[in-house]
Formats: sequence, structure tokens, C-alpha cells
Amino acid sequence: MIPSKFDYIKVSSLNEAIELLDKHGYDAKILSGGHSLIPTMKLRLNSPELLIDISSVPELNSITLEGDEIVIGANCTHHAILSSEIVNAHINLLAQTAKCIGDIQVRNRGTIGGSLAHADPSADYPATVLACDATIVVQGKQGERSIVASEFFQGIFTTAIENDEIITSVRFPKVANGNYQKFYQSASRFAVVGVAVVKEENKVKVGITGVSDTPYRATAVENAYDGTATAASHAVDGIDVMSDHFADVNYRSHLAKVYVKKALEA
Amino acid sequence: MGQFIGKAVKRREDARFLKGAGTYTDDIKLPQMAHTAFVRSPYAHAKVIDIRIKKAQEADGVIAVYTGNDGCGEYGVPCGWQVDFKNGDTMREPMHPLLVKNKVKHVGEAVAIVVANTLAQARDAAELVEVDYEEMEAVTCPKKAMDEGAPIVHDDWPDNASFDWCIGNDRTAVEEALANAHHVTEIKYRNQRVAPNAMEPRSYIADYNVNDDKWTLYTSTQNPHLIRLLLCAFVLGIPEHKVRVVSKDVGGGFGSKIYHYTEEALLTWISKEIGRPVKWTSDRSEAFLTDAQGRDHMVESKMGFDKDGNIVAHLTDEYCAMGAYLSTFAPAVPTYLHGTLFQGVYTTPLIHLNVVAPFTHTVAVDAYRGAGRPEATYLLERIISKAAKEMDMDPAALRLKNFIPPFDGVNEPGYQTQVALQYDSGNYHATLKRGLEMVGYEDFRKKQEDARKSGKLLGIGISTYIEGCGIAPSAVVGALGARAGLYEVGQVRVQPTGKVSVFTGSHSHGQGHETVFAQFVADKLGIPMDDVIIEHGDTDQVAFGMGTYGSRSLSVGGSAIIKSIEKILEKGAKIAAHKLEAAEKDLEYAEGKWTVKGTDKSISFGDVSLTAYVPHDYPEGLEPGLDFSSFYDPSNFTYPFGTHIAVVEVDAETGKVDLQRFIACDDVGNVMNPMIVDGQIHGGVAQGIGQALLEEVIFDNTGQMISGSYMDYALPRADDLPMIETDRTVTPCPHNPLGVKGAGEAGAIGSTPAVVNAVVDALAHLGVTDIQMPLTPQRVWRAMQQ
Repeated sequence: MIPSKFDYIKVSSLNEAIELLDKHGYDAKILSGGHSLIPTMKLRLNSPELLIDISSVPELNSITLEGDEIVIGANCTHHAILSSEIVNAHINLLAQTAKCIGDIQVRNRGTIGGSLAHADPSADYPATVLACDATIVVQGKQGERSIVASEFFQGIFTTAIENDEIITSVRFPKVANGNYQKFYQSASRFAVVGVAVVKEENKVKVGITGVSDTPYRATAVENAYDGTATAASHAVDGIDVMSDHFADVNYRSHLAKVYVKKALEA
Repeated sequence: MGQFIGKAVKRREDARFLKGAGTYTDDIKLPQMAHTAFVRSPYAHAKVIDIRIKKAQEADGVIAVYTGNDGCGEYGVPCGWQVDFKNGDTMREPMHPLLVKNKVKHVGEAVAIVVANTLAQARDAAELVEVDYEEMEAVTCPKKAMDEGAPIVHDDWPDNASFDWCIGNDRTAVEEALANAHHVTEIKYRNQRVAPNAMEPRSYIADYNVNDDKWTLYTSTQNPHLIRLLLCAFVLGIPEHKVRVVSKDVGGGFGSKIYHYTEEALLTWISKEIGRPVKWTSDRSEAFLTDAQGRDHMVESKMGFDKDGNIVAHLTDEYCAMGAYLSTFAPAVPTYLHGTLFQGVYTTPLIHLNVVAPFTHTVAVDAYRGAGRPEATYLLERIISKAAKEMDMDPAALRLKNFIPPFDGVNEPGYQTQVALQYDSGNYHATLKRGLEMVGYEDFRKKQEDARKSGKLLGIGISTYIEGCGIAPSAVVGALGARAGLYEVGQVRVQPTGKVSVFTGSHSHGQGHETVFAQFVADKLGIPMDDVIIEHGDTDQVAFGMGTYGSRSLSVGGSAIIKSIEKILEKGAKIAAHKLEAAEKDLEYAEGKWTVKGTDKSISFGDVSLTAYVPHDYPEGLEPGLDFSSFYDPSNFTYPFGTHIAVVEVDAETGKVDLQRFIACDDVGNVMNPMIVDGQIHGGVAQGIGQALLEEVIFDNTGQMISGSYMDYALPRADDLPMIETDRTVTPCPHNPLGVKGAGEAGAIGSTPAVVNAVVDALAHLGVTDIQMPLTPQRVWRAMQQ
């Protein structure tokens, strides 16, 4: 459990991080909480030459209310999110989601930016980010840009972030009525199925993680929604469902329907 | 009872353990110590075509790189138990090399080792070792390993059998009884392979001192003396009196640290080669691939009943994996530690078990908490619950009907089983009745019925187990193939000031010996516990020892100490009589002093101790000193038993099992420290629940372990478990001085079938009769769909 040799630079500003990222390209990795990156390095599945530690960049650590949006700095830990007054008051769904991640140690170290950038297909946030139509704000050499959630997740561990870009914040709309339901894998406690539902007048928005190699908006459910939970039967329509020894395609599809139903009924 | 025996004395070792101040092998750092990294096979079965080490040898900080061609331990690591074929052919015992030369036989087998100044350098250089393999087909299932045309693990033999074996009554008689039975229940399953997962991974430091021509091996083992014997006499051929093996603080074993591993021997060899101390500590990934694992039996069994529900016969065929090599005690586990428990707590008149033990392309299987007894208990307790359902009988009533009647082993004789053993004492009715009372059995059945009406799936499962601990006596186990004795050594050294040092051959790797042993020593000598210290885990300190496994420490190790205490008191009485000018027969010993009966003339233990070492005014002809060592070889195993009951609710939509209650009413004989016994039961129950619901080592069809990390191997967590409700009955062991039976494994033995029985009970009305362990939500859900 010893990684290959690497250099380590702790930056104090975003620009410094972007400079370094631009200079070192694929040989560099951004380090925040390190909860996904460090284990893969210890197993030597990942051997970056440089780690750029952004944990001390002050502007990435805040949770603020900007008009109708809740802006979560990329470095906010899961614990900071679940215990934030702003989050609990305006988007309780996000607090519920953060509460489901890992254990106390993980929640105290892991960050929302790190989780989203890593794009584990079984991570919890993607379902909620999708259901809320959140915006992921990234900054790179070319400046800042916003990526809508529906375009952010592109595949297993793959996102729309360019190599010289860093997530700086995630912007959520206020959500009055939402909930997150998770069936966890008994070993890793990642989501076998994670369903975030945002209920609005006469319609729902449903984000699903864990089921496919890319988290998705369950548009089939949303279209079929009639105010009851019967639309849950469309949870995996048109979706290429993952299979592993905890849940094969049949069982995972079944769980997706059960958990969409739970989320719709909650 | 005394002042300390039977009391919940807090564990003195916890002062260091809870503060993180224990000294585990990896905490030891010696001057000039080199570090190592292994190059391990990524294939389950492959020819080694070429190993190129030049780049690694030239890498930064590298001291040496060794492969199987460097002459390390030419004889390999031996097996400690021989079970020959039924036809008399000798057990097939492959050479287990320290480093593989020609053919790797499981993923993780070592082909080279890099020795460097730092661990990081060793790891980096290990990546530079290039190995060309030619991958071959692998077999990981013990039953498939015996199929015609299965890939062969060891080319020395035409098939994969290491041995076959049977026990019990004549097979034909059992088959006839089954043919004539009123009802026959059949069951077929795999008792899945599980990984032991001690909290401390294996760790070794070998230190050869050229000036003294002596070796010291620091090792995370459960039995230092046995490791020394195997290492010296069988693997390396080095002189035993020049080797010191130290294993002080060890962080759990569960069996997996009993065995002599290749890494221990290899490091000892390397230390002399390089003239420096050398360390290896397993990481968790290596632990999954190289620690001996548990269970892995394919089972087919039939139990026959007469029209009244009395068991008439029981016939079982099993394929029990050995893995790629025979680990130290592996052949004993599915045979003498397993088949001998097939009587269970029942009066079954005819029993036959046949075992085939194949090699597979997997890491070795050996004893894991319970070792053969959990597998026996699982079978008996599942099949009897299944039979009850089929015969429409209550599972508790069916058990009670078939129980062996109570016997104390003193006034009533021990119970002779059909499978070689004689049980010491037992009262199986008492624990079941108490267990049913604790759970509120009658009420639960009503609640269950109501719950079903509203679609809730509640279930209750019973397990009434028996197990055998402190395997003995040596002559008997020798006749059964053990290549070691199974006695224990206990030395009691009274210091001149009356303080007492006890040296035990038992080994504590978390059990609490430093506390429990001190409790009874202090009581027997009538002195404060603070005046007693327990030493273990160092072959230079302790005369000899057989180590700790099979719940043997108190019943065997404790008894050896008692023998020495008796000798101390006998000699002390001679000194006291001399000093008090009285006859020995007129003295009595109590509360730490000898008193002349009927007078106030007395002399304290401390004064007698001092006199023994300053023998000025001293009995003529008596040797000075107060220090005795004893070997204790028990006359029989001990047989703890008990009742475990699980209550579950199954989620109808997902199949997820919610274990709501777990009741354990155990009888482990006399109890020295109830808190420690409860702790042992809790830990064992947690592991047994882990096997029932969560844990499984899974291989893909190429022999890759796909559950080789905690991302995929599910250990039970606190929130997977209910509060464990414990109680006890006490049926003393009649044949050892403390009347104790052993508590280390009972929890893991009794619990697993209770949980599975409960889940099957919850789903019985849906037609579910069996579910393969572990009962993952997916498996339970699938069973509900069928």
C-alpha cells in the first residue's frame, strides 16, 4: 500500500492550481479530500507524477446563498454540506444525499468537487445533481464556464471537465420538496441504486445513480408521472443496466423501480 | 469461587490496546532493518517461463532480489497433519515452495522477493521484476476439481484429490436405514469460502546475528514454539536452540495465524543471507490473497426420520477444498474437527460422512474460527430445521425430541457418539428452553402469523450446537494423523518477594489471557491479582507451548498452570511446616498463608517465598527455590454447547434481511470472567452472522479473486448487527481442574445456521426451503421470486 513516487504541491490560489495543471497535463492530479484518489494510488492503479493539493484554496470552501441559488464550493466536505444551515433550509435533498455517503471519516474528508470530478458510477451526488438541474462551475486556462448537470456525466469515471479545468463550485436551485433514497452495497456502502426525486407542481425530476455506468435523468419516469408512484416501473427504460456479484441486471432493475417508487412516495 | 474467579475483572491488556500502545510486530523497528516486497502471481495457474530481475537489482536502495532458483528452503513448508486415503494410500502432500520456480498454483503465490533499504524502494523495485507466464485453465470449486478432465493443480498426481476419508457407521447400513425411513430430508449447498480478516495483517521480522550465530523471528503467530519447530526441523534445517521466536502483541488470528507461512521461513533465510534484520508486513490486498481461508465445502446430505420424528440415519457426502497446498492443519479441519461432530446434540443411531479433499487453484483453506465445527453445525441445524418444516413439526419440539438426555460426566457417564468421540457432559434441553424463554417463542409465533397477514415477513431460526474444544489427548490425535502433541505447558515462578510470574505456552492474540489467567492464579494462591503477571509469546521465556487455537487456552493451558500451582503449594507447605515447627498435615492454606489448624500460628506466602530463595533456616534435603513447570495433556476434548436464536424481518421488496434480535444461551462450563466470555461470544456471533449474511470469497472462472478488498468483501459492521442477548447455563467439564470448556469459537459455531433458519422461516409460506449463503438481498429476493 505504498504509492509510486510523486511530487506534491499545496497551492493557495486557484490560479496557481490551474497554472500547474496546464503545465503538467495528464501527469498531474488535483487532490482535495483524497478519498478516491489516494486508495487508487496506494494500489498503484493510478500513478500521477504531481499532486496539486487545493484543500487550502479559500474561495472553494464556502456555502452561500446567491439569489435563488445555493452555491457550494468544490472543497466543501460532505459533512460541511449535511450540516450547513443554508443547505438544510433551502435544499434539504442535498443534505440527505450527503448523509448517505460513506461513514463519518469519509464525510469529514471527502468533498463534493472531488466526488463529482471522479464520477464514480455508484457515487451519491450525481443523482441529486441531475434531479436538481444543478450547474457545475469549472475554471481553466480559458476562464470559467458552467456545465449543466445533464451534460456533465459522460460515462464511467468520465466527465465534461477539460484536463486543465478544476471544479470550483456547484450551483443548486432551491428545492422545496425532494428526497434521496439509497440501497447500498453491503461491502463498499456505495449505491447499488440511488434515486433523487425533486417534486414540483404536477411534475417530478428523477436522477438515478448506481444503475448504469453513467448516472441519468429517468425521463421515462418523469414523462409517465401521473401524481402516483406507478411511473416507477419506467425506472430503467432504455437504460443499459450494470451487473456485478451484488446485483445482476434483473435485480438491479427491480431495485431501481422499488427505489424510484420509494422516492416518489416519500 | 474465590475473590477473582467468576468476576468481570476488566482486562489489564486493554490499557495498552485501547491507547494504541500495543507493540505489534510491525511496530518493531530494528537498526539496519531491511524491507521487502513480493512479486506475486497475477494468475491462478500458469507456467513460469522466465523471471528477469536485473532492473530490480539495479534499482535504488535494493539489497537483493531472490527467486526460487536461489536455494531458499528447498524442502518447502510442511503440513502438520496427515490424513491418508481410505484405501490406505498415503495423503498426497505437495512440496510447498517458499518461492515458485516452475508453476504458480494460485493468484498471489510469490515468485520473487525484493529486499531494499526502505519499503518504498522495495515496492518500486518489485514493479521492475519481469515475469513471463503461460496461463493455464484453473479450477476453484472443490467439486469441479474432481471432475474428469479438470485442470490439475499438482502434476505429480493424476487427479486433484489430496485424500478421501470417512467416519461413522457402515455406509450400507446408513443407506438402508434411509431407504426404510418414514421421511427423508435432503439438503445440498456450498458452505462458502470466507476470509479471516484479522485486524492486524501478518507481519514478520527476521534478525540473524552473525556474532552469536542466532536468529530471532518476530512473528504475528498464534503459536511461536510450533513455528520454531517447523521452521528449524523441516523448512530451513537450522538449529532450534539458536532460534528465538517472539510473538507478543498479536492483533487477532481466528485461526489464520496458526500456520507456518512461507514468508516466515523466507525472511529467516534472507536475514542470514544479507546479514541484516528484514521485515515484511502484509497489506490487506496480500492478506486476501495469501492468508489461509475458511470453510469451502460442497455438501449433499440426507437425514431420515421415523413416523414420530426420531432421527434414524444421517448420510453426507462432501467435497472440501484444500486450496493449492496443504496448510499446517488443513487436512484435520474437514475430517477430525468436522466429522467427529456429526452426532451433534442428537441421538442419531446411524451416521456416515464421506469427505473428498481436493486441491484447487486457490489460496489454502485451513482452520477458521470453529474449524470444521461450524460446518458440521450448519449442516445439522439446517437439515433438522428443514425436516421440521417438511414434517410440519415445530423446530424446537423436533430438537427436544431428539436430544441426548442430560449427563454430568461424573454420576452419569460421558456420551459415546457414533463418530468416535465421547462427550464429557451436557444438558442440551436447558439451553434450548432458556433460549426459547429469552426470545418469547410462543408469542413470536403469534406475532409472525399476524405479520404475514399484513405482508410482513418475520422469521425465527434456532440452532442448538455442540462443539469440541481443546483437542486431545496427544496419543489419540497422533493416531489420527497429527504430527504434533496437543498438551500445554505452564510454568509458575514465585519470585523471592512472593510476586508470581507465570509463563504459559498458550498465546493471547486478543483473548485476554493476561487477565483471566491472573484471576485464577491469584485466587488459587490467595494473593492479589497485581502480584501475578502472565508472560507468553516468546520461546526464550516460555519453556515450550502448543499455542492457542480450538478454544484450548483455559482448558489446556490453564490446567497446566494449575498443576504447577499445586506443586508450588506442596513445596511451600514443606517450608511453612519447617518454619512453623509443625507437621505438614496440620497446616491449612488459605488467603495467602499457611496456618497451623486450630491456632493463630501462620506464615505468609511471601515469607515462604523468601525462605525458599534465602534458605538459611530450611528443611533438610529440600532444594531451594519455588519454581515449577508442568505439562498438561488432557484426557479428552471439552464439549461446550448452546442455543442460538435469530429473529429476522425480510424486506418483501428488496430481499434485504434485517436481523432484529440475536439470542445466545451458551454453556461453556465454569466461567472465569463473564465479561470476557460475553465478549468472545459477541465476536464469534458477529463472525457467524457475517458468514450467514455478508461474507464470501468469490473467484471468477479464471481463478481471480473478485472479492479481494473491502470494496467487495462485506464484513459485518456494527449497524448490521443487533444487540446480542446472552445468557448461560453452567455444566462443568468433569475432566479438567477448572471445570472449563472454552468459549472462543462457540459464537461462530452456533450463530450461522440460526440466521439462515430464520430467513428461510420468514419465507417458508412462499415455498422457500433453502437459500445459499451468504444471504445477500439479491439471493433472498431471487428465492422469493421462485
